[in-house]
This record gives sequence, structure tokens and C-alpha cells, in this order.
Amino acid sequence: MLMLTLRRLLGTATVFLLVAVLVFLMLRLAPGDPAVLLVGDHGTPEDVAQVRAYLKLDEPLPTQFLVWLGNVLQGDLGRSFYHHQPVSQVLLDRVGPTFALAMVTLLLTVCVAIPLGVLAAWRHGTWLDRSVLGLSVLGFSLPSFVLGYLLIWLVGLKAGLLPTQGYERLGTGSPWTTLRYLILPAVTLTIVYTALIARVTRATVSEALTEDYVRTARSKGLTELRVLFRHALANSAVPIVTVVAIGIGMLISGVVVTETVYAIPGLGLLTVDAVQARDYPVIQGVTLFFSAVYVLVNLLVDISYVLFDPRIRY
Amino acid sequence: MTPARTSITPPQDDPVKSPAPRALNRSLLRRVVRNTLVRIGVGALLAVMALGLCAPWLGTVDPNTGDFMNINVVPGTSGEFTLFSGESVPHIYWMGSDSIGRDIYSRLLYGTRVSLAIGAQVAIVAVLAGTLIGILSGYFRQLDGPLMRLMDAVMAIPGILMAVALVSFWRGGMATVVFSIAITEIPRVARLVRSVVLSVRDEAYVEAARTLDTPTHKILWFHILPNAIAPLIVQATFICAAAILVEATLSFLGIGLPADVPTWGSVMAGGRVQFTERPDVVLFPGLFLAVTVLAINLLGDGLRDTLDPKFNKRAGP
Repeated sequence: MLMLTLRRLLGTATVFLLVAVLVFLMLRLAPGDPAVLLVGDHGTPEDVAQVRAYLKLDEPLPTQFLVWLGNVLQGDLGRSFYHHQPVSQVLLDRVGPTFALAMVTLLLTVCVAIPLGVLAAWRHGTWLDRSVLGLSVLGFSLPSFVLGYLLIWLVGLKAGLLPTQGYERLGTGSPWTTLRYLILPAVTLTIVYTALIARVTRATVSEALTEDYVRTARSKGLTELRVLFRHALANSAVPIVTVVAIGIGMLISGVVVTETVYAIPGLGLLTVDAVQARDYPVIQGVTLFFSAVYVLVNLLVDISYVLFDPRIRY
Repeated sequence: MTPARTSITPPQDDPVKSPAPRALNRSLLRRVVRNTLVRIGVGALLAVMALGLCAPWLGTVDPNTGDFMNINVVPGTSGEFTLFSGESVPHIYWMGSDSIGRDIYSRLLYGTRVSLAIGAQVAIVAVLAGTLIGILSGYFRQLDGPLMRLMDAVMAIPGILMAVALVSFWRGGMATVVFSIAITEIPRVARLVRSVVLSVRDEAYVEAARTLDTPTHKILWFHILPNAIAPLIVQATFICAAAILVEATLSFLGIGLPADVPTWGSVMAGGRVQFTERPDVVLFPGLFLAVTVLAINLLGDGLRDTLDPKFNKRAGP
């Protein structure tokens, strides 16, 4: 059992190493001198020489990679010439709003998508089912920035109910104010994310509803609610949790765009600003950071299957 | 396992669990043509294509010329448009003009061409590359581990970030954008093809071909690959829809195609700063984008319902 867990960890480490290779190659194989790219448009020849020496850019690529990976593992992601700070510090400063937005979205999505999916599965083939499916296709087809602007227009500008731009950090005012800034962006992301999760919930729960244990549960007189949630949904937990975890990748992509639309000073806005300023170390750092989060979440979810399905043992 | 959801397409079920998908034949094609979702999707898509192809004859002007006499015109204004040559023509600004006097209606119609071209190119590149990787890793066992770990790594990098990073590091035009978007979609195709290969590689007819000394490339091409065609077509439509969304997102963030290419995303990027006064500059391209992507997704859903045996068992949507 311990061996399986160890093997999972080893697999995760391999994938992460490959991610690091990819992120490294993305920049190093780009046209142009990486040292020049890394110091930015206003770098002096001395800066270029310094970066070249520090990252051993005259050595062959494998050596360069090991030097870079060594730095990364010690938390050194390079230096942002735009922010005049180490990239890791810039990331730390900006991670708060992004984390808050992702958490609110996740919570909201689970509360909306799972009941919706169960409902659609329960009334399989009816108009209710069809409308849930239809809405989910619509959710997939609306880009989050279009949805964001639509909400800003309707809720923010027309009705004037909620703030549409900016953010207030937790701790500076009341948590309620922070939440008010997060509602619209979180709803935007939730609509897209719900489309994915409701669909998978519907598929797995409707599959489960055809099983014998559901018939048994019904025939022994359990209430429909109990059959649906305690039996059908509980047995669908593993695929649903998997898709929630996989959806983290989509959520991260969505966060980048949504933060731009709502001017929330998180990692997404940081990335977009970094692109405008050609702050390559920051782009590289953010990409690596988010990929690490994705890999880590999926590892945790893999391990958490034990909780949802007692048949699974590690 | 469902692949990474880095872009916005519906999740695919793992074909390993389902019997080998059937090859395309006439009765199946008839079912495809009769499917309501396919009909709606194809109809809407053809309409969008027609808008793009017929753009020059639909009352448009050059999408890149700005008329400085007519900046920030509101939708529906009729007036004159000064061409690059200095000559003035009567023109109706159906959707207004932007802050440097370019006609938004013209930009959107010409942008249709760009979006559809990107979608198609990304789908082709991703399907070809993914099929190659999928076949290699499904048929040649020693390649399976390394290739699949590589695909896992590609999927671990969130799609938009990967595309943003690649486009900003590598610069360039259409080719860079297509490549950057395609690379995020390749793992899904590779996994799909791999699972199809795994499900049929030990079937009797493949075994028979092998016993008869059929060259490996012929086995792959004539005996194994046809099984993947139906799911690949479905996957290609979803990739096409996702690619159009990602391209629009890149252009919206200001890192997509060069500035002289009119795209829906770049029109929206222009409308961002004046959103409070002119929400229509963002909402019109948003509508184009949503309708197009919805049409392609509906087509994909319809194709999946008819082509994928797993979805035939139960009354699908």
C-alpha cells in the first residue's frame, strides 16, 4: 500500500520535472539571446553579462537546465526587471486575490453544479435535463471575458448593485467588502466551470441510477432524496472529484482572463501586465507556479480517493 | 481519465471502456445528417462562414483603414467613410466605429475569416500530431511510458498560460499562434488515439494481419487507424471551438496576431477602455464569438451522439 503511494509520488515528481523542462525550453529556445530577453528592454550590457554568467548561458543546454532547476528548487525564479524584485516575491504579493477568487468560485461551483447535475440525472430525458445540458453547452461556448463584460454591464452598470473593478485586500477593510468585489468575477467563472462539472455529474449519476443498489434502496422505502444523494451521488464521487481537479486547469486559465476584466490585482493581471512589459522572468515564473499547483492538486485528489471509495486502498 | 480542461470543450469519455467505434458507413452518415444538433450546428456555421466569405459584398469597407473624421461613431449612424485613397463613399456604420475611426462591422466580418481559419488550422495540426503520438505510444509499448508522461506534463501547464508564454516569447504571426494553441490540445488527441489503438491492437483481425507479415505501417494505416476516425472527427470539432475561444482571448489580452489582422478579440480589446460609454464595442464581437463557438460545439455534440456508440445506448440530449 505504501509502495503505491510512493509510486504515485514518483510519477508526480517525473511529471513536474518534465513540466520544468518544457517551461525552461519555451524561453531558452525562443528566437533571440535569452540573457537579453531576461534583462528586458532597458538592461545594460553589464546586466546582460551578469545574467549570462549567473545562469551559465555559455554552457550547453543540459547544464543550463540543471543550474536553472537548482535555482527554482531553492525558490529563486529569477528577477523581475519591471518590478525590481525577485519573481518569487512578486508572486507571493499577488497570490492572495487569486487564491480568494479561486476558492469562492470552487465553493460556488460545487454548490450549484452538483445539485444541478443530480437533478438532470434524476429527470433524465425530460425538459429539465435538456435545459441543464443546453445551459452547459452555452457555458462552454461563452468565453469568460464576454460573460464578464455582460455581467458588468447588467449588474454593475445598469443595476449598480456591485463594484465591477478592483479589489480590496483581506485585512484592510471588512471581509464583506472583499467579498463584494469577488462576487461578480466568481459568478463569471462559476458559470463556465459549472458547465463542465454539471455535465459530468449528470453522466455519472444517471449511470449510477440504473444500478441494482439504487433499486434496492428504493424498494426498501428510502426517500428519493436519500437515494439520490446517499446512494447514487456517493457512488459517483470519484469521477466528479476527478473532474473538479482537472477543471483546476481551466479555472486557472479562466482566472487569468477574469482578473483582467475585473481589474483584480492577482496573478492573472500580473501575467497580462508582464506580457505588455515583456517581463519574461515573471511570465515564466507564473507558468511554472500554476503548473505546480495543478500537478499538486491532482496528486492530492488521487490520494483522497480513499476517502470517497473505501474499495480503493493505497 | 478525462483530459486537462485547459480550454473550453466538453469532456470526452474514455473510449477504452466502450467497444471499438464503428467505421463510417452510409447508414451512419444518414443518421448524422438527420441529427437535430448537427443540423442546427451546421446551419449556423454555414451562415457564419458565408458572412466571412462574402464580407467584401456586404457593405463593408477596408477593416484596417481609420477615418479620422468619424471616430467613436455610435451604431446605426449613416454617413461617409473616407477611404485610404482619400475618396469618400457613403457608408452605414451598423455597429459604429472605434477610437481611430475603423468600421467595427467591417472588422467583425473580416475577423470571421481569421477565427475560422485559426480554428481549422489548430484542429488539423493538433489531430495530426496527436494521432502520430497516440499511435506510437499505443502500438509500440516501449514508447508508451515516456510519451504519455510528456503528454501529462503538457496538460499540467494551463492552456491559456502556455499559449500566452509561447506567443510572447516566440513572437511571430499566424504560425506561432496556431502552434501555441495546438500544442495544448495535442495530449487529448494523443490519449484518445492511444486508447483506441490499445482497444483494437490485440483483436483477431490485427493478429491475423500480423501473422500474414503485413508491414507495420499497413497494419496501423488500414486496420487500426480507421477505428479512430469517428472519435477524431468529434474531437476535432471541439478543438476547433476551443481554438477560436483561445485565439480571441489572446487577441483580447493584446498578444495574439499582428495588429493589421482584424480579429474579434482585438476589437474587444479596443472596446475595453471605453466599456462604460460603449458596451456595444465589446458585446457585438462577443456575440459573434459566442454564436460561432456554440454552433461548432452543437455540431460536435450531435456528431458524438451519432458517432460514439457509448452515447447511443441511452437516449442522449
